Amino acid sequence: MSTEHTATGLIGAPIRRVEDPVLVTGKGCYVDDIHLPGMLHLAVLLSPHPHAKIVSIDTSAARAIPGVRSVLTGADISERVNIPAPMVVPGMKIPPHPPLARGAVHAAGTPVAAVVAQSRALAQDAANAIEVEYESLPAVTDAEKALEPGAPLARTELDNNVCFLSTKTNGDVEKAFAQADHICRMHIASPRLVAMAIEPRGAVAKPEPAGDLTMWLSTQAPHRARADLATALGFPEHRIRVIAPDVGGGFGSKGPLYREYVLAAYLALKLGRPVKWIATRSEDFVGVIQGRDQAMTSELALKKDGTMLGLKARVVANLGAYLYANTTTPTQRMMGMAPGCYQIQNVHVEVAAVFTNTVPTGPYRGAGRPEAVLNIERLVDKAARELGIDPLEIRRKNFIRPEQFPYRTGVNVEYDSGDYEKSLSEALRLSDYQELIRYRDEARERGELVGVGVSTFVEPSGGAGFESGTVRVERSGEFTILTGSSSHGQGHETVYAQVAAEKLRVSMDQVAIRHGDTLAIQQGVGTFASRSAVTGGGAMVIAIDRVVEKARRIAGHLLEAAAEDIVQADGGFAVAGVPGKAVTWRQLAAAAYGGRLPRGMEPGLQETAFFDPKRDAWAFGSHVALVRIDRETGRLAIEKLVLVDDCGVILNPLIVEGQIHGGLAQALGEILGEHMIFGDEGEVLTGSLMNYAVPRASDMPPLIVGETVTPNPFNPLGVKGVGEAATNGAPAVVANAVMDALAPLGIDHIDMPYTAPKLWAAIREAEAKRKG
Amino acid sequence: MFPASFGYFAARSLEEALELLTEYGEDAKLLAGGHSLIPAMKLRLATPRYLIDLGRVPGLSGVRIDGEALAIGALTAHADVASSAIIRQRLPGLADAASVIGDVQVRNRGTIGGSVAHADPAADLPVILTALGASFVLASPSGKRTVAAEDFFIDFYTTALAPNEVLTGIRVPLPPSGAGAAYAKLPHPASGYVVVSAGALIIRQPSGQCASARVALGGMAGRPLRAGATETALQGKALTPQVIAAAAAKAAEGSDPIEDAYASAEYKRQVAAVYARRAIESAAKRAGQKI
Repeated sequence: MSTEHTATGLIGAPIRRVEDPVLVTGKGCYVDDIHLPGMLHLAVLLSPHPHAKIVSIDTSAARAIPGVRSVLTGADISERVNIPAPMVVPGMKIPPHPPLARGAVHAAGTPVAAVVAQSRALAQDAANAIEVEYESLPAVTDAEKALEPGAPLARTELDNNVCFLSTKTNGDVEKAFAQADHICRMHIASPRLVAMAIEPRGAVAKPEPAGDLTMWLSTQAPHRARADLATALGFPEHRIRVIAPDVGGGFGSKGPLYREYVLAAYLALKLGRPVKWIATRSEDFVGVIQGRDQAMTSELALKKDGTMLGLKARVVANLGAYLYANTTTPTQRMMGMAPGCYQIQNVHVEVAAVFTNTVPTGPYRGAGRPEAVLNIERLVDKAARELGIDPLEIRRKNFIRPEQFPYRTGVNVEYDSGDYEKSLSEALRLSDYQELIRYRDEARERGELVGVGVSTFVEPSGGAGFESGTVRVERSGEFTILTGSSSHGQGHETVYAQVAAEKLRVSMDQVAIRHGDTLAIQQGVGTFASRSAVTGGGAMVIAIDRVVEKARRIAGHLLEAAAEDIVQADGGFAVAGVPGKAVTWRQLAAAAYGGRLPRGMEPGLQETAFFDPKRDAWAFGSHVALVRIDRETGRLAIEKLVLVDDCGVILNPLIVEGQIHGGLAQALGEILGEHMIFGDEGEVLTGSLMNYAVPRASDMPPLIVGETVTPNPFNPLGVKGVGEAATNGAPAVVANAVMDALAPLGIDHIDMPYTAPKLWAAIREAEAKRKG
Repeated sequence: MFPASFGYFAARSLEEALELLTEYGEDAKLLAGGHSLIPAMKLRLATPRYLIDLGRVPGLSGVRIDGEALAIGALTAHADVASSAIIRQRLPGLADAASVIGDVQVRNRGTIGGSVAHADPAADLPVILTALGASFVLASPSGKRTVAAEDFFIDFYTTALAPNEVLTGIRVPLPPSGAGAAYAKLPHPASGYVVVSAGALIIRQPSGQCASARVALGGMAGRPLRAGATETALQGKALTPQVIAAAAAKAAEGSDPIEDAYASAEYKRQVAAVYARRAIESAAKRAGQKI
């Protein structure tokens, strides 16, 4: 960790986001703000059917509308054009994923035809005028049912609905279970969720005169999008430029290359005109990759005293009907963190990844992490209750201890650092835990349904290979920093500038952070998996160190001193112990670009670094919740929520707290009401904000946010991710509190979301049972 | 989010609006605040060929006392109903209902007449207006008529409005002294619309007995329902918590609520009783009852 220059105090300072004045005054530039001369507009006709053969498509009425320039169906596009999906697990099935359905649709929302016209409204009119004759096929939407013998085939070209089976085994699981005093069993299902970025997806494709292609995309990962687009179209990658302008949120959902993006590019190249496509909210509901939808069946083997001996978990993950490049990510994440923060070495985890006739899934804030935390934390609480052990005691007994790090877990990943006991203690202190218990017990005496819950969790961040950073000292002595990590709301322009300015000993306004343009930026990866500070920040710091080293040698040359006597000073470098002997960055840049360099040194003052931490950074935290359930209506109220997170070194506490607030808001969605529901025939029942319950600001509970700081020893800034922390931990803590509230009624499990009618029905059933 | 193309008329007077309505008949829709119609058009659930905008018709908004009734112009925005000094003083139950509609933007643009004429069974105002015994003033080229709320709301999105009529105003009888009204709502977590709601008007005798009760339920049918058994059970009784609870427990008697993916019929019947009780208790308190 190199934080040698803390004099300027920028790292860790609560600096307000420099990007906000532009965004909150409406001066941002999103894809829909791109207007090009001669631009045409794309509308896409989506299938309302979850599974059907396409008997015929009649586009004549659409073609006849004046102003319509092109109408396309699947038959018009080469079968070689498909959305690419990598072979993540050897032998996994990768059925074709065309941009327009070829012969059949396998999920509601599948694009069936595309229309380009002079205006978006006209294009939509024409799309609506297309007549498609469908022949319904049997559909399956539930992944566990899709595994049953005789289940309908979601993809009729396959023999069964399994995309892949994947297992991880460690230790002697059978022996552990044979020796156990108690086995706690549980089945838990995570609801399917829809990411709700304020800006829907969008693309503008512009064919360039020399045959190149420029794309503006609402994406989290411009370089990946470019590579995937090149693969999909068979178009040379180096002739594509992808620009991510301001992007209004992604939460994972803007990772993939969407079918409509490919269509916009394909049609722009075909017509020789720029083509714009902007999704409506309704299209995003059935178009963006959806999250969660994992069903987990688990067994935890324990000794009487609560010592955990072994864990078995079987995860059935619903992939939907088609694979995007990152559809399988949540399954891998879930497996990699199944034992949570506990010393369980005898572990068997298996994942069945299943095709169904539903919208494809993929990473959504958390991406497998909330499922894993929910699974292990509910299991631990349930085991504690069954064994008559305090839920804090069972956790403390089994925590991985600080001196055991780096710790290799039962699923063969290494946690870098942690102090779970400290985190839990801090959460208990901030929540006034004993007082909560007393309050609960008194309420319970009065017959009220009040519960207290705890969850302690780990979460991996970073990952997905490298990220890049370039530091360019301009002739003026100011700095341009190019990062491959493309911001879509995280605050890169603020946090990277804080770090860079401190490392370079200059003020923040002398540093410009640039991202989101594949022509300007060296190869990069993108922003997801809580990786920007860990991986992108790491790359930037390494590049800064390289620039500083070269500058030091130039400074030595200019100041006629040995490089080792040169030290960084505010605004440049100085000779150690010789007051007044100094050079500024501007003088160094003049030397670098003007020729006064040490003999043999290349001109220029710019460095690029690619950093791959080759391991995740394991953040962790502890949450405490107090909830109350209205016995008459089933309405759930979260009366207090304490969130203690440890993301290593904190670069900007305002950003950290903002991420926790936002992450919690999305966790609340899962807890309180968000649930993408498919009907018996596979039809979408919750395809709008009228019936899909995104939480409102007024749903936010009273919050206490706390922290512990355990630096990560394996990246230059000592940081761990925080973007998903509350999304990962909060569902489990509220689940534990709700089950604690309902424990006096003998209820030990309800799947989320905890809607009022669902809780009321469970209460009523339990009361009826007790009355006999 | 792209409506089909349509023609637009901004009527300058009620007469002009009625003329346009007569000319275009069922091809036309009246536009007030537009907070139900425009979203439906954007989703192409509604594709009217013409919109007749009432927004510039003078004299259709505002709240005033007219004899024994409160007269509310059809174009009065929900926010203005919620914040009207007269309404808050004389009929706070109506202000309650207006203040829980949608969100701030909806309340600033949506109108009481639009809500009544649209007759969404999950809307708030039809429920409280039914409880309050309101009536609606309908204008047509042949003159005006007044229709009581219970005769006006027929079924889902269906009212007594004839194709050539415009709803111009709402009349709410001013309750006598010793009366109280209230509204309680279980909102849908997504839409904010009514899952179940209850509006109550309680007239209390100085002795503490219930002189009369009107209780209406929302979300239980295609139109607001009067909770007849509840009203009868309150009539002439002392307004104690026990009496109110026992009466409210009968709220859903005889109803057959429609289920959806969110709430079962059984759940709706249960919460109808709970929300009826809460509305009656609040109304009784406003009528001077100590509970």
